[in-house]
Amino acid sequence: MKSAVILFPGINRENDAIAALEQATGTKPTLVWHGETELPNVDIIMVPGGFSYGDYLRCGAMAAKSPIMRAVADRAGQGVTILGVCNGFQILTEAGLLPGALMRNASLKFICKNTHLKIENTSSRFTNQYGMGDVVDYPVAHHDGNYFADEDTLNRLEGEGRVVLRYCDANGTVDPATNLNGSQRNIAGIINEAGNVLGMMPHPENAIDPLHGGIDGRGLFKSMVEAVS
Amino acid sequence: MSTNQFNSTPITPELVKEHGLNEEEYKLVLEIMGREPNINELGIFSVMWSEHCSYKSSKKWLKTLPTKADWVIQGPGENAGVIDIGDGQAAIFKMESHNHPSFIEPYQGAATGVGGIMRDVFTMGARPVANLNALRFGAPEHPKTRHLLSGVVEGIGGYGNCMGVPTIGGETNFHASYNGNILVNAMTVGLADTDNIFYSAAAGIGNPVVYVGSKTGRDGIHGATMASAEFDDDSDEKRPTVQVGDPFTEKLLLEACLELMATDMIVAIQDMGAAGLTSSSFEMASKGGVGVELWLDKVPMREEGMTPYELMLSESQERMLMVLKPGCEDAAKAIFDKWELDFAVIGTLTDTKRMVLKWHGELAGDLPIDPLAEASPEYDRPWEETPKQDRIDPASLSGKVDHIDALKTLIASSDLASRRWIWEQYDHLVMGNTIVRPGGDAGVVRVSGTNKGIAATTDCTPRYVMADPIEGGKQAVAEAYRNLIATGAKPLAITDNMNFGNPERPRIMGQFVGACKGIADACITLEFPVVSGNVSLYNETNGEGIMPTPAIGGVGVISDLDHHATIGIKAGEGTLIMIGAATGELGQSLYLKTIEGREEGAPPPVDLNAEKRAGSLVRELIELGVVKTCHDIADGGLLVTIAEMCMAGNVGADVSLPEQGSEAAWLFGEDQGRYVIATSDPDKVLNAAASANMAAVIVGQIGGDAISIEGEAKVSVSELRDLNEGWMPSFMADAT
Repeated sequence: MKSAVILFPGINRENDAIAALEQATGTKPTLVWHGETELPNVDIIMVPGGFSYGDYLRCGAMAAKSPIMRAVADRAGQGVTILGVCNGFQILTEAGLLPGALMRNASLKFICKNTHLKIENTSSRFTNQYGMGDVVDYPVAHHDGNYFADEDTLNRLEGEGRVVLRYCDANGTVDPATNLNGSQRNIAGIINEAGNVLGMMPHPENAIDPLHGGIDGRGLFKSMVEAVS
Repeated sequence: MSTNQFNSTPITPELVKEHGLNEEEYKLVLEIMGREPNINELGIFSVMWSEHCSYKSSKKWLKTLPTKADWVIQGPGENAGVIDIGDGQAAIFKMESHNHPSFIEPYQGAATGVGGIMRDVFTMGARPVANLNALRFGAPEHPKTRHLLSGVVEGIGGYGNCMGVPTIGGETNFHASYNGNILVNAMTVGLADTDNIFYSAAAGIGNPVVYVGSKTGRDGIHGATMASAEFDDDSDEKRPTVQVGDPFTEKLLLEACLELMATDMIVAIQDMGAAGLTSSSFEMASKGGVGVELWLDKVPMREEGMTPYELMLSESQERMLMVLKPGCEDAAKAIFDKWELDFAVIGTLTDTKRMVLKWHGELAGDLPIDPLAEASPEYDRPWEETPKQDRIDPASLSGKVDHIDALKTLIASSDLASRRWIWEQYDHLVMGNTIVRPGGDAGVVRVSGTNKGIAATTDCTPRYVMADPIEGGKQAVAEAYRNLIATGAKPLAITDNMNFGNPERPRIMGQFVGACKGIADACITLEFPVVSGNVSLYNETNGEGIMPTPAIGGVGVISDLDHHATIGIKAGEGTLIMIGAATGELGQSLYLKTIEGREEGAPPPVDLNAEKRAGSLVRELIELGVVKTCHDIADGGLLVTIAEMCMAGNVGADVSLPEQGSEAAWLFGEDQGRYVIATSDPDKVLNAAASANMAAVIVGQIGGDAISIEGEAKVSVSELRDLNEGWMPSFMADAT
């Protein structure tokens, strides 16, 4: 099982991503520099979190135009499993691989804390290790995680089961009070139409070790491995 | 000798004064130069001899601090201190103030403070792995406090979060003495291999002097001089001297520098911090005993028409100066090209021991290095001892407030309310190694790829230092020690950030002298040396000084993270035991201030030997795996400590009272050298304490969902939590 992590200038959670992928796949992922135009032959591609290009202009906007993103888009079209976390989610939306956009948090503040998430699709290749309605606990760490899309897009995402994760409380209640950052319909993670690309704001890679305070994030990486193998 | 056009600016007494040099100092300038300096040279003297760069008032006393231990690789004098943490690795750390800029422009002031301290650490070859801070703001009701707090927190987060370094701890106080002078002290801890540490002493005549990082602009000119003067009502006009930070560029600079450091091309490296190119080039040359010639027209510039004077004094951020081995220029440049950063050879080392400045081939300045960098003025300023205050007799308490009501008031006060609103704006998890998050006694990060942890904390109780600088100085060090112990770490060394008022006032100088003495005593007994530090004086506005605030940053090591402790009570733990003795010290306590409305009395004395014995016992119990839950007793005393453990563990407790003596003094006294432990095996803990000849007593039983005192007067843990968590969000709700 081979994987790759894309590195843009300003990305800062690449080592967290590498640790999680290595734990799940048993092999250290290949680090791919943004200026490259070709990707190695891999089963999983991860676009990690951070502040690519300092989040200047708009989060993810400049990274989305990097040479490597053409290769990522090609692989997405070929059905390769692609996970974008946090800045990675922002980059994937800016690159047009996922619908919608991530706006500034409703509180206008950076938020770093653990949050509960409801698993709403257990057949996706990212969540097959979880049960329907399971509540998992991952941290978030972002300033711009407020998911926005127009009503038609939101209805379509929901209708096609493409909303994979929603912000909730410990009991799985999804309502405005449990909406961490103002996201439309509490959306924390969505997949593309083909189901091979997931973008999400929370960090499963920071919940993979008992010393992190929880290992709920392991299931997401294990799901990808199961789906690919 | 001719310095051409640069001699055209007449050096008038007014110009000398504007450069912050007094008559005596200017006489010394003339003596050293053997002639009148030109404007560039005057500017250089000005910043090099500013209090901020020269430590002229504090040097005499800083020399008395203990700086050595077997594990100290580098003490004060480099960009940061270095200690050996075993397995071929070193922790490199320092704390530094950015007080004045943060008051004038809170976001950029705090952001560039964080950027500067991280540069100090990665200049030495370390990857920063943890940030902390120590913040002091004015009274909550002061009209500027919300704005300043909001901006500072956002600035710290804005820079640290983007850099991808977790902010794992800190402290925040409010007091009216900081109304006109907030304190923003930032600390960074980094990790390096002991055989790959970089220093700043230049060497190798003819070696290239290389500039990397951001271009130089006009920002921050005379920042170091500003930081060495008192404020007045017009201080807002100094806004243009505050630098602007670019954390993205610094992230690139970090990665580029570490990539270059993995090769064998660097001879010496130093970041450009206060006094920019002037201080970095002087210090490197002075330490190496060499001369330097700088070609200032080669410096990458951000703006048109910049002068040598501006280039030498700019404090533009995200810049480094280094000396490379000859012939390495192209290979080094390729790394900086990859990271899209400027790289310019701007000079060469000479054997003249002089600094020669060239501007398009013309001489723009020529100064001797040693007299400037090393022979700067040193003052033995007059000082007076702070009068001792009386111990507070518990019999003098009004005792009008019920203990549980007092607890509720204290836990929701600005002094003790949860700081969650602050630290949730900092990414404290990036790098995936955060093991103990903010909100406990010390933050802990794992050393990547090992089961070892680095614990770090910042501490100071300014009201104690104000009342008794010596005891207060000791207490700041002891509390840092205790906070590390409470996680299970072995405390190894500290960095100190000495924030005081105007040293030209004997009363203030006395506070500084006393604090140094207290810190030195504590460091010696606790084997906890000072390896780096920073002094910030003149923290006064319109003649009103701040409370003396020697902030201490402590670093320790946990050898096995499977055996560490946190403050939250865990399932199965039934008994609360207090380690350490108490006589009920209420002087300067939060109970006396908040409940009785009295800010007075002698602060709790620190028995350093008892402190050390208690620390050794507690650490041993944690290392053996006997204790998983521990919290030191500090602000607010025993009952507040227990309440914090209960809130973190989401469980109640019934607290015992002493058989005799004042109940309030027992519950709220701030006696030092104490910890509360939660355990499922009280006999084991009590026996261990008895064999260590250490006082230990059961102070409560864990259970239920409320805190009570001998079964009476309950408050639910959830109500306490609402009070504790509620204050800051509601206080900040109308921040602008």
